[in-house]
Amino acid sequence: MGILIDVKNLKKYFEIRRSLLSKPTYVRAVEDVTFQIPEGSIYAIVGESGSGKSTLGRTILRLIEPTSGTIIYNGQEITRLDNKRMIEYRRQMQIVQQDPYNSLHPRKLVKEIIGEGLKIHFKMRPDEIYLRIKEILEMVGLREEHMFRYPHEFSGGQRQRIAIARALVLRPKFLVLDEPTSALDVSVQARVLALLKELRERFSLTYMFITHNLAVVDYMATQVAVMYLGKIMELGSKDDIFQRAAHPYTLALLDCVPSVGTGRKIRSVPRGEIPNPAKPPSGCVFHTRCPKAQKICQEKEPEFYELSPGHFCKCHFCK
Amino acid sequence: MIGTFIVIGFILIAIFAPILAPYDPIKPNLPQRLKPPSSQHLFGTDQFGRDIFSRVIHGARIEVWIIFLVTVISGTIGTAIGITAGYFGGAVDEILMRITDIFLAFPRLILAMALSAMLGRGLTNAILAISLVEWTVVARLARAEAMKIKSQPYIEAVKAVGASNLRILLFHVLPMCLSPVLVQLTLRMGTIILTAAGLGFLGLGAQPPTPEWGAIVSDGRSYLVQQWWISTFPGLFIAVVVLGFNLLGDGIRDILDPRLRR
Repeated sequence: MGILIDVKNLKKYFEIRRSLLSKPTYVRAVEDVTFQIPEGSIYAIVGESGSGKSTLGRTILRLIEPTSGTIIYNGQEITRLDNKRMIEYRRQMQIVQQDPYNSLHPRKLVKEIIGEGLKIHFKMRPDEIYLRIKEILEMVGLREEHMFRYPHEFSGGQRQRIAIARALVLRPKFLVLDEPTSALDVSVQARVLALLKELRERFSLTYMFITHNLAVVDYMATQVAVMYLGKIMELGSKDDIFQRAAHPYTLALLDCVPSVGTGRKIRSVPRGEIPNPAKPPSGCVFHTRCPKAQKICQEKEPEFYELSPGHFCKCHFCK
Repeated sequence: MIGTFIVIGFILIAIFAPILAPYDPIKPNLPQRLKPPSSQHLFGTDQFGRDIFSRVIHGARIEVWIIFLVTVISGTIGTAIGITAGYFGGAVDEILMRITDIFLAFPRLILAMALSAMLGRGLTNAILAISLVEWTVVARLARAEAMKIKSQPYIEAVKAVGASNLRILLFHVLPMCLSPVLVQLTLRMGTIILTAAGLGFLGLGAQPPTPEWGAIVSDGRSYLVQQWWISTFPGLFIAVVVLGFNLLGDGIRDILDPRLRR
């Protein structure tokens, strides 16, 4: 199993200027992120809102330009490719966005939305395009006649299926799923997740699954990275994170998962709000909310400690 | 409602002008000069004996032509500049919007006068001059729309699929900007007539003997005290039609903006 996505020291800062003359401040949405996505895995990125997980996904696809760092896709560095050379990789790396109500052009027919990529990448005759769209619609659980409808005629779950069809019609290898089910009803969520699992088998896809829902991570993921304020705090296999979590932030997140009927009490909800990413805390960024925080946490940023092969944790006390 | 009736009437007059007008609007008829309104000449005649009623009716065609061309030209320039500035942002936006600001810094009629004086007299040049003044409003609006639309997830999705900037701009951003731009253009039609009539009155627009309304008003200037009818009737037509367009524009805005609807 090779490495499909190799991200090194990736940073994305957003500049904020109050006025033309004032000094710009930077929101550190992604701060020095390094990790690898093995081919065929479902790599979950979890964290609270504002932790930079969506920005990370969009930066890897170069929908937002990175501030610094490198992104290597299948052995090829794509960080600085110009638009023309990037097109081939666009076909191989697709995204399914969070909100299916905003991700489909309101004035276009479903066949135009799905067919757009086919027109750009393949010199296909209209009847071939038609067949490809029909085929992909059936794979995501929609029907041929849905092609001639507008997005507003569909429910949220159906819209998300259209968005999945748009991404998969190009036969990509890598798919970023940016909270693909968080805008959907719980009953619909399960079916969309099952569909995504099935499609991954069928097309041998690799997923980067961005979510804040740990139950979904448990169901889907093979690997997990936990993000907080633009940094990865802990990463490892699903079992590493769910059975042997070492970072206090990961433990706090796991404790927040509500479960029905087990009688498990919520022990340590992270105190307070996530700090302003324009003014991150000194030392370990989590020390302001950490139950184990000591003096060293304010002064020194912890290294990554490898607890077991592939299981890394960024905390002074996780050894 | 009233606005719609006035505008429809105006367009019908323009279409059926040759049938409605009893006399030739251009051919002089000196024995009949400066006749007051009567059953023969409904609005009287001018200093060359031409029937004012016929001239005003044929004038409607000229006004429709002016509105049409100015709308198309200024709409195209304005939308193109506006969505380019709004979509690309940054330096492109700064440059294009500062150019727009330069045009906006002058009073409209003064700028239109200067431009048409520069281009030379005549109807075509007047149309160009008015278009060059009018596009700024459209550009501002199209820019605002494009800025709003470019940050929508569906535009990002098209980018992810591999569409070039030009493709996104033309096929995805442009269609979404079109309807507010069209409403704005309708709202501006009254102003276009006023500017055209102003230029005609000053002798910078349509040249004699073209029966443009502003030019006819200007024809009657030196006779205003004794032969009031020459200037009064085309002036009334300008006023009514501008009012009609403004009422229509307000109506369209109310329909499209649900907050104003009760």
